[in-house]
Amino acid sequence: MTTPAVEVDALTVHYDDVLALDDVTLRLAPGRVCGLIGMNGAGKSTLMKAVLGAVRPDRGTVRLHGLTPARARRSNVVGYMPQSEAVDWDFPLSVRDVVMTGRYGHLGFTRRPRRRDRDAVDAALDRVGLADLADRQIGRLSGGQRKRTFLARGIAQEARVLLLDEPFAGVDTTSEATITGLLRELAADGVTVLVSTHDLHALPELADEVVLLRRRVLRHGPPAEVLAPETLALAFGLDDSAGSGGAPSDGFRTALRQAQGAGIGEAHDDGSVR
Amino acid sequence: MIEWLVEPFTFGFMQTALASTLVASVTCAVLSCWLVLIGWSLMGDAVSHAVLPGVVLAYVVGAPFALGALVFGVLAVVLIGVVRDTGRVKEDASIGIVFTTLFALGLVLVSVTPSQTDLTHIIFGNLLGVSPADLVQIVVLGAVVLVVLLLKRRDLVLYAFDRVHAHAIGLDVRLLSALLLGLLALTCVVALQAVGVVLVVAMLIIPGATAHLLTERFTRMLVLAPALAAACGVLGLYLSYHLDTTPGPMVVLAQGAVFAVVYLASPRNGLVGRRLAAVRRRRRLAAV
Repeated sequence: MTTPAVEVDALTVHYDDVLALDDVTLRLAPGRVCGLIGMNGAGKSTLMKAVLGAVRPDRGTVRLHGLTPARARRSNVVGYMPQSEAVDWDFPLSVRDVVMTGRYGHLGFTRRPRRRDRDAVDAALDRVGLADLADRQIGRLSGGQRKRTFLARGIAQEARVLLLDEPFAGVDTTSEATITGLLRELAADGVTVLVSTHDLHALPELADEVVLLRRRVLRHGPPAEVLAPETLALAFGLDDSAGSGGAPSDGFRTALRQAQGAGIGEAHDDGSVR
Repeated sequence: MIEWLVEPFTFGFMQTALASTLVASVTCAVLSCWLVLIGWSLMGDAVSHAVLPGVVLAYVVGAPFALGALVFGVLAVVLIGVVRDTGRVKEDASIGIVFTTLFALGLVLVSVTPSQTDLTHIIFGNLLGVSPADLVQIVVLGAVVLVVLLLKRRDLVLYAFDRVHAHAIGLDVRLLSALLLGLLALTCVVALQAVGVVLVVAMLIIPGATAHLLTERFTRMLVLAPALAAACGVLGLYLSYHLDTTPGPMVVLAQGAVFAVVYLASPRNGLVGRRLAAVRRRRRLAAV
Protein backbone atom coordinates (compact mmCIF):
# COMPACT_ATOMS: atom_id res chain seq x y z
CA MET A 1 0.00 0.00 0.00
CA THR A 2 1.32 3.48 -0.87
CA THR A 3 1.88 6.06 1.86
CA PRO A 4 -1.22 8.25 2.25
CA ALA A 5 -0.79 11.88 1.20
CA VAL A 6 -2.71 13.02 4.25
CA GLU A 7 -2.93 10.90 7.37
CA VAL A 8 -4.77 12.26 10.38
CA ASP A 9 -4.97 9.93 13.32
CA ALA A 10 -7.20 10.36 16.39
CA LEU A 11 -6.80 14.13 16.32
CA THR A 12 -8.33 16.14 19.18
CA VAL A 13 -8.03 19.92 19.42
CA HIS A 14 -9.32 22.31 22.10
CA TYR A 15 -9.44 26.10 22.00
CA ASP A 16 -9.34 26.90 25.70
CA ASP A 17 -12.40 25.01 26.96
CA VAL A 18 -14.06 24.59 23.58
CA LEU A 19 -13.69 21.26 21.84
CA ALA A 20 -12.97 21.99 18.17
CA LEU A 21 -12.01 18.54 16.86
CA ASP A 22 -12.83 15.26 18.56
CA ASP A 23 -10.93 12.12 17.64
CA VAL A 24 -10.70 12.85 13.91
CA THR A 25 -9.16 10.14 11.76
CA LEU A 26 -8.78 10.66 8.04
CA ARG A 27 -6.70 9.18 5.24
CA LEU A 28 -6.36 10.60 1.74
CA ALA A 29 -4.51 8.85 -1.06
CA PRO A 30 -2.27 10.90 -3.39
CA GLY A 31 -4.03 12.60 -6.29
CA ARG A 32 -7.47 12.67 -4.66
CA VAL A 33 -9.73 15.70 -4.34
CA CYS A 34 -11.58 15.68 -1.03
CA GLY A 35 -14.41 18.07 -0.16
CA LEU A 36 -14.71 19.04 3.49
CA ILE A 37 -18.21 20.10 4.52
CA GLY A 38 -19.98 20.97 7.73
CA MET A 39 -21.60 23.90 9.52
CA ASN A 40 -19.69 26.98 10.58
CA GLY A 41 -17.82 25.97 13.69
CA ALA A 42 -17.77 22.31 12.69
CA GLY A 43 -13.97 22.41 12.72
CA LYS A 44 -13.16 22.66 9.00
CA SER A 45 -10.65 25.48 9.39
CA THR A 46 -9.25 23.94 12.55
CA LEU A 47 -8.66 20.66 10.73
CA MET A 48 -6.79 22.49 7.97
CA LYS A 49 -4.70 24.41 10.48
CA ALA A 50 -3.91 21.18 12.30
CA VAL A 51 -2.77 19.59 9.04
CA LEU A 52 -0.50 22.62 8.57
CA GLY A 53 0.71 22.27 12.14
CA ALA A 54 -0.56 25.78 12.91
CA VAL A 55 -2.64 24.61 15.89
CA ARG A 56 -1.28 22.26 18.49
CA PRO A 57 -3.42 19.15 18.97
CA ASP A 58 -4.15 17.79 22.44
CA ARG A 59 -3.94 14.29 21.09
CA GLY A 60 -3.39 12.54 17.80
CA THR A 61 -0.93 12.85 14.95
CA VAL A 62 -0.75 14.27 11.45
CA ARG A 63 1.49 12.94 8.68
CA LEU A 64 1.84 14.33 5.15
CA HIS A 65 3.40 11.85 2.73
CA GLY A 66 4.78 10.16 5.84
CA LEU A 67 6.39 13.38 7.18
CA THR A 68 5.56 15.27 10.36
CA PRO A 69 3.90 18.64 9.65
CA ALA A 70 7.15 20.46 10.54
CA ARG A 71 9.23 18.41 8.09
CA ALA A 72 6.49 18.60 5.46
CA ARG A 73 6.47 22.40 5.72
CA ARG A 74 10.22 22.63 5.29
CA SER A 75 10.03 20.35 2.24
CA ASN A 76 7.33 22.45 0.55
CA VAL A 77 4.89 19.56 0.67
CA VAL A 78 1.90 21.63 1.71
CA GLY A 79 0.28 24.73 0.18
CA TYR A 80 -2.55 26.78 1.61
CA MET A 81 -5.22 29.07 0.14
CA PRO A 82 -6.72 31.39 2.79
CA GLN A 83 -10.35 32.44 3.04
CA SER A 84 -10.97 35.79 1.36
CA GLU A 85 -11.84 37.42 4.68
CA ALA A 86 -8.40 36.52 6.02
CA VAL A 87 -6.60 38.48 3.31
CA ASP A 88 -5.77 42.22 3.41
CA TRP A 89 -6.72 43.09 -0.19
CA ASP A 90 -5.32 46.64 0.16
CA PHE A 91 -1.86 45.23 0.73
CA PRO A 92 0.53 46.81 -1.77
CA LEU A 93 1.43 43.64 -3.67
CA SER A 94 0.81 42.64 -7.29
CA VAL A 95 -0.56 39.29 -8.44
CA ARG A 96 2.97 38.31 -9.45
CA ASP A 97 4.37 39.31 -6.02
CA VAL A 98 1.86 37.08 -4.26
CA VAL A 99 2.51 34.11 -6.53
CA MET A 100 6.26 34.58 -6.02
CA THR A 101 5.81 34.08 -2.26
CA GLY A 102 4.98 30.48 -3.21
CA ARG A 103 8.63 30.10 -4.25
CA TYR A 104 10.10 31.40 -0.96
CA GLY A 105 10.47 27.94 0.51
CA HIS A 106 12.75 27.09 -2.42
CA LEU A 107 14.87 30.22 -2.00
CA GLY A 108 17.87 31.26 0.09
CA PHE A 109 18.37 33.64 3.01
CA THR A 110 17.16 36.84 1.32
CA ARG A 111 14.59 35.03 -0.92
CA ARG A 112 16.05 36.64 -4.02
CA PRO A 113 14.29 34.96 -6.96
CA ARG A 114 16.35 33.27 -9.67
CA ARG A 115 15.49 32.72 -13.30
CA ARG A 116 13.98 29.34 -12.49
CA ASP A 117 11.62 30.90 -9.92
CA ARG A 118 10.46 33.64 -12.28
CA ASP A 119 9.75 30.96 -14.89
CA ALA A 120 7.77 28.90 -12.38
CA VAL A 121 5.71 31.98 -11.47
CA ASP A 122 5.04 32.82 -15.12
CA ALA A 123 4.03 29.23 -15.82
CA ALA A 124 1.66 29.21 -12.83
CA LEU A 125 0.10 32.53 -13.90
CA ASP A 126 -0.39 31.16 -17.41
CA ARG A 127 -1.99 28.05 -16.08
CA VAL A 128 -4.62 29.91 -14.06
CA GLY A 129 -5.15 32.46 -16.86
CA LEU A 130 -3.84 35.52 -14.99
CA ALA A 131 -0.75 36.28 -17.11
CA ASP A 132 -2.36 39.49 -18.40
CA LEU A 133 -3.14 40.71 -14.89
CA ALA A 134 0.22 39.80 -13.34
CA ASP A 135 1.14 43.38 -12.46
CA ARG A 136 -2.24 44.36 -11.05
CA GLN A 137 -2.60 45.11 -7.34
CA ILE A 138 -4.50 42.21 -5.75
CA GLY A 139 -7.39 44.38 -4.53
CA ARG A 140 -8.22 45.30 -8.12
CA LEU A 141 -9.21 41.75 -9.03
CA SER A 142 -12.61 40.08 -9.19
CA GLY A 143 -13.51 37.42 -6.64
CA GLY A 144 -12.60 34.57 -8.99
CA GLN A 145 -9.32 36.18 -10.03
CA ARG A 146 -8.38 36.60 -6.38
CA LYS A 147 -8.88 32.90 -5.75
CA ARG A 148 -6.93 31.99 -8.88
CA THR A 149 -4.04 34.16 -7.66
CA PHE A 150 -3.71 32.04 -4.54
CA LEU A 151 -4.16 28.84 -6.53
CA ALA A 152 -1.28 29.99 -8.75
CA ARG A 153 0.79 30.48 -5.61
CA GLY A 154 0.20 26.84 -4.64
CA ILE A 155 1.12 25.73 -8.18
CA ALA A 156 4.31 27.81 -8.17
CA GLN A 157 5.15 26.33 -4.79
CA GLU A 158 4.94 22.84 -6.33
CA ALA A 159 3.05 21.70 -3.25
CA ARG A 160 1.96 18.06 -3.23
CA VAL A 161 -0.89 18.69 -0.81
CA LEU A 162 -3.11 21.75 -1.30
CA LEU A 163 -5.44 22.97 1.43
CA LEU A 164 -8.10 25.36 0.15
CA ASP A 165 -10.34 27.20 2.61
CA GLU A 166 -13.62 28.18 0.90
CA PRO A 167 -12.25 28.59 -2.65
CA PHE A 168 -15.73 29.19 -4.09
CA ALA A 169 -16.96 31.88 -1.71
CA GLY A 170 -17.70 35.09 -3.63
CA VAL A 171 -16.85 33.49 -6.95
CA ASP A 172 -19.05 33.59 -10.07
CA THR A 173 -20.02 30.37 -11.85
CA THR A 174 -17.53 30.80 -14.70
CA SER A 175 -14.60 31.20 -12.32
CA GLU A 176 -15.94 28.34 -10.24
CA ALA A 177 -15.84 26.06 -13.30
CA THR A 178 -12.31 27.27 -14.09
CA ILE A 179 -11.10 26.58 -10.55
CA THR A 180 -12.80 23.17 -10.52
CA GLY A 181 -11.09 22.29 -13.82
CA LEU A 182 -7.70 23.43 -12.49
CA LEU A 183 -8.06 21.39 -9.32
CA ARG A 184 -8.98 18.27 -11.35
CA GLU A 185 -5.89 18.84 -13.52
CA LEU A 186 -3.67 19.19 -10.46
CA ALA A 187 -5.13 16.01 -9.01
CA ALA A 188 -4.39 14.21 -12.29
CA ASP A 189 -0.77 15.33 -11.78
CA GLY A 190 -0.78 13.65 -8.38
CA VAL A 191 -1.52 16.65 -6.16
CA THR A 192 -3.83 15.88 -3.24
CA VAL A 193 -6.47 18.57 -2.67
CA LEU A 194 -8.48 19.17 0.49
CA VAL A 195 -11.24 21.75 -0.12
CA SER A 196 -13.52 23.14 2.56
CA THR A 197 -16.72 24.50 1.07
CA HIS A 198 -20.34 25.42 1.67
CA ASP A 199 -20.96 25.02 -2.04
CA LEU A 200 -22.48 21.54 -2.06
CA HIS A 201 -23.65 21.51 -5.68
CA ALA A 202 -20.06 21.92 -6.92
CA LEU A 203 -18.92 18.80 -5.10
CA PRO A 204 -20.05 15.93 -7.37
CA GLU A 205 -18.03 17.41 -10.22
CA LEU A 206 -15.06 18.48 -8.11
CA ALA A 207 -14.49 15.87 -5.46
CA ASP A 208 -13.59 12.18 -5.48
CA GLU A 209 -14.66 11.94 -1.88
CA VAL A 210 -16.40 14.08 0.71
CA VAL A 211 -15.87 14.35 4.45
CA LEU A 212 -18.81 15.52 6.55
CA LEU A 213 -17.38 17.08 9.68
CA ARG A 214 -19.00 18.04 12.92
CA ARG A 215 -16.07 18.01 15.31
CA ARG A 216 -15.92 14.35 14.45
CA VAL A 217 -15.95 12.79 11.01
CA LEU A 218 -19.63 11.92 10.59
CA ARG A 219 -19.30 10.48 7.09
CA HIS A 220 -16.48 9.96 4.64
CA GLY A 221 -17.24 8.56 1.20
CA PRO A 222 -18.13 9.30 -2.42
CA PRO A 223 -20.03 12.58 -2.99
CA ALA A 224 -23.32 10.89 -3.89
CA GLU A 225 -23.32 8.98 -0.64
CA VAL A 226 -22.29 11.76 1.74
CA LEU A 227 -24.51 14.38 0.06
CA ALA A 228 -27.64 12.26 0.43
CA PRO A 229 -30.35 14.29 2.21
CA GLU A 230 -30.56 12.05 5.24
CA THR A 231 -26.81 12.29 5.76
CA LEU A 232 -26.84 16.07 5.42
CA ALA A 233 -29.57 16.28 8.03
CA LEU A 234 -27.01 14.89 10.45
CA ALA A 235 -24.65 17.80 9.90
CA PHE A 236 -27.52 20.22 9.83
CA GLY A 237 -28.12 19.68 13.51
CA LEU A 238 -31.59 18.10 13.25
CA ASP A 239 -30.30 14.94 14.78
CA ASP A 240 -28.61 16.07 17.95
CA SER A 241 -27.01 12.76 18.77
CA ALA A 242 -23.69 14.16 17.58
CA GLY A 243 -23.74 16.37 20.65
CA SER A 244 -23.74 19.82 19.09
CA GLY A 245 -26.17 22.53 20.11
CA GLY A 246 -26.95 25.76 18.32
CA ALA A 247 -28.91 26.74 15.25
CA PRO A 248 -27.72 25.79 11.79
CA SER A 249 -25.65 28.52 10.21
CA ASP A 250 -26.98 30.74 7.46
CA GLY A 251 -24.12 29.65 5.25
CA PHE A 252 -25.22 26.09 5.52
CA ARG A 253 -28.87 26.94 4.86
CA THR A 254 -27.77 28.69 1.67
CA ALA A 255 -25.65 25.74 0.74
CA LEU A 256 -28.57 23.42 1.22
CA ARG A 257 -30.73 25.64 -0.92
CA GLN A 258 -28.08 25.35 -3.61
CA ALA A 259 -28.00 21.63 -3.14
CA GLN A 260 -31.75 21.67 -3.62
CA GLY A 261 -31.18 23.41 -6.95
CA ALA A 262 -28.76 20.67 -7.89
CA GLY A 263 -31.32 18.07 -6.94
CA ILE A 264 -29.35 16.73 -4.01
CA GLY A 265 -31.51 17.57 -1.07
CA GLU A 266 -34.55 19.68 -0.37
CA ALA A 267 -34.17 22.43 2.18
CA HIS A 268 -37.12 24.27 3.64
CA ASP A 269 -37.28 27.66 5.23
CA ASP A 270 -37.81 26.18 8.65
CA GLY A 271 -34.39 24.62 8.29
CA SER A 272 -35.57 21.08 7.83
CA VAL A 273 -34.37 18.87 5.05
CA ARG A 274 -36.68 16.46 3.36
CA MET B 1 16.99 82.99 -0.25
CA ILE B 2 20.36 81.26 -0.53
CA GLU B 3 21.31 82.72 2.80
CA TRP B 4 18.05 81.36 4.24
CA LEU B 5 19.12 77.91 3.09
CA VAL B 6 22.84 78.04 3.88
CA GLU B 7 23.05 79.99 7.11
CA PRO B 8 21.57 77.38 9.50
CA PHE B 9 24.10 74.76 8.54
CA THR B 10 27.12 76.95 9.08
CA PHE B 11 26.73 75.96 12.72
CA GLY B 12 28.23 72.68 13.87
CA PHE B 13 25.32 71.81 16.15
CA MET B 14 22.93 72.25 13.22
CA GLN B 15 25.03 69.91 11.08
CA THR B 16 24.90 67.26 13.80
CA ALA B 17 21.18 67.87 14.16
CA LEU B 18 20.68 67.43 10.42
CA ALA B 19 22.68 64.20 10.33
CA SER B 20 20.82 62.68 13.29
CA THR B 21 17.44 63.83 11.93
CA LEU B 22 18.12 62.23 8.57
CA VAL B 23 19.27 58.92 10.06
CA ALA B 24 16.36 58.78 12.50
CA SER B 25 13.76 59.79 9.90
CA VAL B 26 14.95 57.31 7.30
CA THR B 27 15.25 54.40 9.75
CA CYS B 28 11.83 55.04 11.25
CA ALA B 29 10.27 55.55 7.82
CA VAL B 30 11.57 52.26 6.40
CA LEU B 31 10.33 50.35 9.45
CA SER B 32 6.99 52.20 9.30
CA CYS B 33 6.20 50.54 5.95
CA TRP B 34 5.82 47.21 7.75
CA LEU B 35 4.23 48.59 10.92
CA VAL B 36 1.32 50.27 9.13
CA LEU B 37 0.65 47.21 6.96
CA ILE B 38 0.68 44.76 9.88
CA GLY B 39 -1.45 47.11 11.95
CA TRP B 40 1.21 47.57 14.60
CA SER B 41 0.91 51.34 15.04
CA LEU B 42 -0.21 50.91 18.63
CA MET B 43 2.61 48.43 19.19
CA GLY B 44 5.04 51.10 17.93
CA ASP B 45 3.54 53.54 20.40
CA ALA B 46 3.85 50.98 23.19
CA VAL B 47 7.43 49.91 22.58
CA SER B 48 8.67 53.46 22.06
CA HIS B 49 7.28 54.50 25.46
CA ALA B 50 8.20 51.29 27.25
CA VAL B 51 11.92 51.61 26.46
CA LEU B 52 12.23 54.68 28.69
CA PRO B 53 13.00 52.87 31.98
CA GLY B 54 15.52 50.72 30.12
CA VAL B 55 17.29 53.76 28.75
CA VAL B 56 17.36 55.43 32.18
CA LEU B 57 18.73 52.31 33.89
CA ALA B 58 21.34 51.94 31.14
CA TYR B 59 22.34 55.57 31.78
CA VAL B 60 22.65 54.92 35.51
CA VAL B 61 24.86 51.84 35.17
CA GLY B 62 26.76 53.21 32.19
CA ALA B 63 25.59 50.57 29.70
CA PRO B 64 24.68 51.34 26.09
CA PHE B 65 21.17 52.83 25.74
CA ALA B 66 20.41 50.28 23.04
CA LEU B 67 20.83 47.40 25.47
CA GLY B 68 18.46 48.88 28.05
CA ALA B 69 15.95 49.74 25.33
CA LEU B 70 16.07 46.24 23.90
CA VAL B 71 15.55 44.60 27.29
CA PHE B 72 12.54 46.77 28.12
CA GLY B 73 11.15 46.61 24.61
CA VAL B 74 11.12 42.82 24.83
CA LEU B 75 9.79 42.94 28.40
CA ALA B 76 6.91 45.17 27.24
CA VAL B 77 5.99 42.79 24.41
CA VAL B 78 6.10 39.76 26.71
CA LEU B 79 3.98 41.51 29.36
CA ILE B 80 1.44 42.61 26.75
CA GLY B 81 1.15 39.00 25.63
CA VAL B 82 0.74 37.72 29.19
CA VAL B 83 -1.94 40.29 30.10
CA ARG B 84 -3.83 39.72 26.83
CA ASP B 85 -3.81 35.95 27.20
CA THR B 86 -5.59 36.12 30.55
CA GLY B 87 -8.73 36.34 28.44
CA ARG B 88 -10.75 39.16 29.98
CA VAL B 89 -8.41 41.94 28.87
CA LYS B 90 -8.53 42.82 25.16
CA GLU B 91 -5.32 43.46 23.26
CA ASP B 92 -5.58 47.26 23.03
CA ALA B 93 -6.28 47.46 26.76
CA SER B 94 -3.33 45.22 27.59
CA ILE B 95 -1.05 47.35 25.39
CA GLY B 96 -2.35 50.49 27.11
CA ILE B 97 -1.85 49.10 30.59
CA VAL B 98 1.67 47.81 30.03
CA PHE B 99 3.22 50.70 28.17
CA THR B 100 1.81 53.48 30.32
CA THR B 101 2.98 51.67 33.46
CA LEU B 102 6.49 51.19 32.08
CA PHE B 103 6.55 54.79 30.85
CA ALA B 104 5.53 55.99 34.31
CA LEU B 105 8.29 53.85 35.81
CA GLY B 106 10.69 55.57 33.43
CA LEU B 107 9.50 59.02 34.49
CA VAL B 108 9.91 58.10 38.16
CA LEU B 109 13.43 56.81 37.48
CA VAL B 110 14.25 60.05 35.67
CA SER B 111 13.05 62.08 38.66
CA VAL B 112 15.29 60.23 41.11
CA THR B 113 18.36 60.10 38.88
CA PRO B 114 20.95 62.85 39.38
CA SER B 115 21.92 64.86 36.30
CA GLN B 116 18.40 64.98 34.97
CA THR B 117 19.13 67.25 32.02
CA ASP B 118 20.31 64.45 29.72
CA LEU B 119 17.32 62.31 30.56
CA THR B 120 14.56 64.85 29.99
CA HIS B 121 16.02 65.10 26.50
CA ILE B 122 15.09 61.47 25.99
CA ILE B 123 11.45 62.23 26.71
CA PHE B 124 11.07 65.26 24.48
CA GLY B 125 14.13 64.95 22.28
CA ASN B 126 16.93 67.44 21.92
CA LEU B 127 18.22 67.59 18.39
CA LEU B 128 20.46 70.55 19.11
CA GLY B 129 22.20 68.76 21.98
CA VAL B 130 23.34 65.64 20.10
CA SER B 131 26.99 64.98 20.94
CA PRO B 132 29.43 63.41 18.46
CA ALA B 133 29.33 60.19 20.51
CA ASP B 134 25.53 60.19 20.36
CA LEU B 135 25.68 60.67 16.62
CA VAL B 136 27.99 57.68 16.21
CA GLN B 137 25.54 55.52 18.16
CA ILE B 138 22.60 56.79 16.11
CA VAL B 139 24.36 56.09 12.82
CA VAL B 140 25.57 52.61 13.82
CA LEU B 141 22.18 51.49 15.17
CA GLY B 142 20.35 53.01 12.21
CA ALA B 143 22.64 51.19 9.80
CA VAL B 144 22.16 47.86 11.61
CA VAL B 145 18.38 48.23 11.53
CA LEU B 146 18.32 49.23 7.86
CA VAL B 147 20.64 46.42 6.74
CA VAL B 148 18.61 43.75 8.58
CA LEU B 149 15.31 45.15 7.28
CA LEU B 150 16.52 45.22 3.70
CA LEU B 151 18.10 41.74 3.81
CA LYS B 152 14.99 40.15 5.32
CA ARG B 153 12.46 42.41 3.59
CA ARG B 154 10.80 39.63 1.60
CA ASP B 155 10.26 37.41 4.64
CA LEU B 156 8.96 40.37 6.63
CA VAL B 157 6.55 41.36 3.86
CA LEU B 158 5.27 37.80 3.74
CA TYR B 159 4.91 37.86 7.53
CA ALA B 160 2.87 41.05 7.25
CA PHE B 161 0.74 39.73 4.39
CA ASP B 162 0.06 36.07 5.12
CA ARG B 163 1.37 34.45 8.28
CA VAL B 164 -0.32 31.13 7.62
CA HIS B 165 1.43 30.74 4.27
CA ALA B 166 4.72 31.84 5.84
CA HIS B 167 4.21 29.09 8.41
CA ALA B 168 3.17 26.58 5.72
CA ILE B 169 6.42 26.99 3.80
CA GLY B 170 8.50 26.42 6.90
CA LEU B 171 9.35 29.98 7.99
CA ASP B 172 9.55 30.59 11.73
CA VAL B 173 6.72 33.08 12.16
CA ARG B 174 7.45 33.75 15.83
CA LEU B 175 11.09 34.44 15.04
CA LEU B 176 10.10 36.95 12.35
CA SER B 177 7.73 38.64 14.78
CA ALA B 178 10.48 38.80 17.42
CA LEU B 179 12.94 40.17 14.85
CA LEU B 180 10.58 42.94 13.88
CA LEU B 181 9.90 43.87 17.53
CA GLY B 182 13.62 43.86 18.31
CA LEU B 183 14.26 46.17 15.36
CA LEU B 184 11.42 48.36 16.61
CA ALA B 185 13.11 48.71 20.02
CA LEU B 186 16.46 49.59 18.41
CA THR B 187 14.78 52.10 16.10
CA CYS B 188 13.26 53.81 19.14
CA VAL B 189 16.78 54.38 20.48
CA VAL B 190 17.83 55.84 17.12
CA ALA B 191 14.96 58.33 17.22
CA LEU B 192 14.96 59.12 20.96
CA GLN B 193 17.32 62.06 20.77
CA ALA B 194 15.75 63.43 17.65
CA VAL B 195 12.11 63.64 18.68
CA GLY B 196 11.98 61.98 22.09
CA VAL B 197 10.01 59.03 23.43
CA VAL B 198 6.69 60.84 23.14
CA LEU B 199 6.87 61.60 19.43
CA VAL B 200 8.83 58.61 18.09
CA VAL B 201 5.56 56.93 17.24
CA ALA B 202 4.73 59.70 14.74
CA MET B 203 7.85 58.92 12.75
CA LEU B 204 7.01 55.21 12.99
CA ILE B 205 3.57 55.62 11.42
CA ILE B 206 3.19 58.76 9.30
CA PRO B 207 5.77 58.06 6.54
CA GLY B 208 4.51 54.53 5.87
CA ALA B 209 0.86 55.60 5.94
CA THR B 210 1.62 58.49 3.56
CA ALA B 211 3.55 56.27 1.15
CA HIS B 212 0.74 53.69 1.17
CA LEU B 213 -1.65 56.38 -0.08
CA LEU B 214 0.69 57.10 -2.98
CA THR B 215 1.52 53.64 -4.33
CA GLU B 216 0.27 50.09 -4.66
CA ARG B 217 3.74 48.53 -4.65
CA PHE B 218 5.59 47.72 -1.46
CA THR B 219 8.98 48.26 -3.10
CA ARG B 220 7.93 51.80 -4.00
CA MET B 221 6.71 52.39 -0.45
CA LEU B 222 10.22 51.47 0.71
CA VAL B 223 11.59 54.31 -1.40
CA LEU B 224 8.83 56.88 -0.97
CA ALA B 225 8.50 56.66 2.82
CA PRO B 226 12.17 57.42 3.64
CA ALA B 227 12.39 60.03 0.87
CA LEU B 228 9.38 61.88 2.26
CA ALA B 229 10.64 61.53 5.82
CA ALA B 230 14.08 62.87 4.91
CA ALA B 231 12.53 65.83 3.11
CA CYS B 232 10.34 66.52 6.15
CA GLY B 233 13.41 66.28 8.37
CA VAL B 234 15.21 68.97 6.39
CA LEU B 235 12.10 71.13 6.09
CA GLY B 236 11.39 70.81 9.82
CA LEU B 237 14.91 71.87 10.74
CA TYR B 238 14.81 74.93 8.47
CA LEU B 239 11.47 76.03 9.84
CA SER B 240 12.59 75.46 13.41
CA TYR B 241 15.75 77.51 12.86
CA HIS B 242 14.04 80.43 11.16
CA LEU B 243 10.91 80.46 13.29
CA ASP B 244 12.95 79.76 16.41
CA THR B 245 10.84 76.77 17.47
CA THR B 246 11.81 73.39 18.90
CA PRO B 247 13.18 71.17 16.10
CA GLY B 248 11.97 67.61 16.82
CA PRO B 249 8.25 68.41 16.98
CA MET B 250 8.72 70.67 13.93
CA VAL B 251 9.92 67.64 11.95
CA VAL B 252 6.85 65.70 13.06
CA LEU B 253 4.61 68.65 12.13
CA ALA B 254 6.15 68.65 8.66
CA GLN B 255 5.38 64.93 8.32
CA GLY B 256 1.81 65.51 9.45
CA ALA B 257 1.40 68.36 6.97
CA VAL B 258 2.71 66.24 4.10
CA PHE B 259 0.34 63.45 5.08
CA ALA B 260 -2.56 65.92 5.04
CA VAL B 261 -1.63 67.14 1.56
CA VAL B 262 -1.32 63.58 0.24
CA TYR B 263 -4.53 62.55 1.97
CA LEU B 264 -6.40 65.35 0.21
CA ALA B 265 -4.65 65.30 -3.15
CA SER B 266 -3.36 61.80 -3.91
CA PRO B 267 -4.75 60.91 -7.34
CA ARG B 268 -6.18 57.49 -6.46
CA ASN B 269 -6.75 57.41 -2.74
CA GLY B 270 -6.97 61.11 -1.91
CA LEU B 271 -10.19 62.68 -0.67
CA VAL B 272 -10.36 65.12 -3.59
CA GLY B 273 -9.54 62.47 -6.19
CA ARG B 274 -12.21 60.12 -4.88
CA ARG B 275 -14.85 62.89 -4.80
CA LEU B 276 -13.99 63.89 -8.38
CA ALA B 277 -14.19 60.29 -9.53
CA ALA B 278 -17.61 59.98 -7.90
CA VAL B 279 -18.81 63.16 -9.62
CA ARG B 280 -17.54 61.89 -12.98
CA ARG B 281 -19.28 58.57 -12.46
CA ARG B 282 -22.58 60.31 -11.69
CA ARG B 283 -22.22 62.54 -14.78
CA ARG B 284 -21.53 59.53 -16.95
CA LEU B 285 -24.60 57.78 -15.58
CA ALA B 286 -26.71 60.93 -16.05
CA ALA B 287 -25.53 61.22 -19.66
CA VAL B 288 -26.62 57.67 -20.51
